[in-house]
Amino acid sequence: MSKIQARFSALQQAGRRALIPFITAGDPSGDATLPLMRALVAGGADIIELGVPFSDPMADGPTIQRASERALAGGMSLRKVLEIVRAFRQGDTDTPVVLMGYANPIEAMGVDRFAEAAAGAGVDGVLVVDYPPQESEAFANRLKASGMDPIFLLAPTSSEARMRDVGRFGSGYIYYVSLTGVTGAGHLDHGQVAARIPAIREAVGMPVGVGFGIRDAASARRIGEMADAVVIGSRIIEEIETAGEAEAPARVETFIRGIREALDTIPREAA
Amino acid sequence: MQMADAPYNLPDAQGHFGPYGGVFVAETLIPALDELSRAYEACRKDPEFLAEFAYELKHYVGRPSPIYHAVRWSREVGGAQIYLKREDLNHTGAHKVNNCIGQAMLARRMGKPRVIAETGAGQHGVATATVAARYGMECVVYMGSEDVRRQAANVYRMKLLGARVVPVESGSKTLKDALNEAMRDWVTNIADTFYIIGTVAGPHPYPAMVRDFQRVIGLECIEQMPELVGRQPDYVVACVGGGSNAMGIFHPYIDVPDVRLIGVEAAGDGLDTGRHAASLSAGKPGVLHGNRTYLLQNEDGQIIETHSVSAGLDYPGVGPEHAWLKDSGRAEYVGVTDAEALQAFHDLCRFEGIIPALESSHALAHAARLAKTLPQDKVILVNLSGRGDKDMHTVAEKSGIQF
Repeated sequence: MSKIQARFSALQQAGRRALIPFITAGDPSGDATLPLMRALVAGGADIIELGVPFSDPMADGPTIQRASERALAGGMSLRKVLEIVRAFRQGDTDTPVVLMGYANPIEAMGVDRFAEAAAGAGVDGVLVVDYPPQESEAFANRLKASGMDPIFLLAPTSSEARMRDVGRFGSGYIYYVSLTGVTGAGHLDHGQVAARIPAIREAVGMPVGVGFGIRDAASARRIGEMADAVVIGSRIIEEIETAGEAEAPARVETFIRGIREALDTIPREAA
Repeated sequence: MQMADAPYNLPDAQGHFGPYGGVFVAETLIPALDELSRAYEACRKDPEFLAEFAYELKHYVGRPSPIYHAVRWSREVGGAQIYLKREDLNHTGAHKVNNCIGQAMLARRMGKPRVIAETGAGQHGVATATVAARYGMECVVYMGSEDVRRQAANVYRMKLLGARVVPVESGSKTLKDALNEAMRDWVTNIADTFYIIGTVAGPHPYPAMVRDFQRVIGLECIEQMPELVGRQPDYVVACVGGGSNAMGIFHPYIDVPDVRLIGVEAAGDGLDTGRHAASLSAGKPGVLHGNRTYLLQNEDGQIIETHSVSAGLDYPGVGPEHAWLKDSGRAEYVGVTDAEALQAFHDLCRFEGIIPALESSHALAHAARLAKTLPQDKVILVNLSGRGDKDMHTVAEKSGIQF
């Protein structure tokens, strides 16, 4: 059982929801990322999604674009992201780390080299935004061969057939994009999310995390009532932007703790 | 290559040209691309759609565009005979409009009242705004803020035609960032919006669809050349940024034996300076903007900024079918520098009374280079993909002239 699967099954037994925050590695600087990851764990994160910055983040809204630009301006690279994960693993052997990014940096490194280096550094899962299932079966298998979970996206518009594909190629959890749009967008229809999740869970046979558009404790709690995990990204990046590098870890920890506490008020039997 | 035996028939059903092409987008775009593929598959076989497309090309664009023997310039260059496919005579002044009409007709059939586009120099933006006005559609054009500043006249043209031009401030503030932003708009407004991509790149079905709408260029040449010269040309030369004018003229010639296809990329200040836009000559395969193709990137896989005197060639990727034609050897790709393109620009002005677009001037420069090495009975056909009125400002600046 992978570290991600173990974490979900422990949470399920405790009747709790997973909290999955996202930050971009190297934002606002390369040195800032490790303290931020530790702050996320201290605040109550179950899994960390660590963004690998890319020059052309087509699926991201302005907030995560800015984070990518700051990270690249500071010299962040896929190789350095893996060094950060390795350093994080020195002090934390439990919290699963999922890399989230775009295909080209991975292809530039080479898929085999990447899979070996990522597994060696302590990466547990990889989500490549622009690798839909039909283009990435071999990649998914390569990750699995190195003991990592390939994480896939599903959208409100995804067909049943695609859900089954994702269930076959993916493992760990499914990242359900709760709206059609880019990351950080404002409109989120809870009723529509609620209606879709049971069918998705059924089709993919693994936990469903919901992200895109979750901005505060209240919306996180409402999503947590139906999903197995809540993913928050842009809102955390905004905290980092306004706090400045020195204050960011404390601010992010407080913010995450607020979400954690809201999720933990969800009754055991919900969902 | 098997081409002599089996007719060329790419892409496959998933949009692959060998290892290139495909659908490399986030899940949120997949249903929109599936819907587009289905609609396009239906239209491309629908005689009514094809008849309307032909009618529009004839009566609105002014097709067929003529082929012109550049007699004086050929004599001046000394060597092979140079013929020009006059896409510069199309309505809006370039080949771009062929594709915009096809996609706008498709949008209308799909019931999408809003079209969006990305543009670099503004040519595709102007063509899209033109066609949107023609069909009464809402039109939004994304353009890097740097390009908005450099191409004020085209921005005004688009506004005259009723389009809204949105300056893009992210990344390098140029064409690739405009494309990212248009994709973001599309994914947010999928229900009522059609994204008119201007070149043979992007996720399937765009590379094949744009090529099919531009194939009319090559199909006309195949009929016109025998009437004019008694045979097909020895060489077909076209400039390649994303590669739509080149794909349009190359594609019908792929199965014609003994016709050499040459794509000309922007070598900027020179391929060895790093300041260029020659993805095929100097890039490596990777994934960007929904397809796998040759890209200009650093060793960490980040896309790097490109340079060309011609904004229309200033793009770090290239259509996936060109990547395949390069690897398979059916087409060859060369570079022409800013200086060489400008020389060809001036030569065509002075010897033929034709002001070519700076993009097309790259193809002209290579044709001249090639012609010199060939006997007089050889025939080079150049796709003169656009006229150069839009480039007055750039050329004047390069010549140290102020208006």
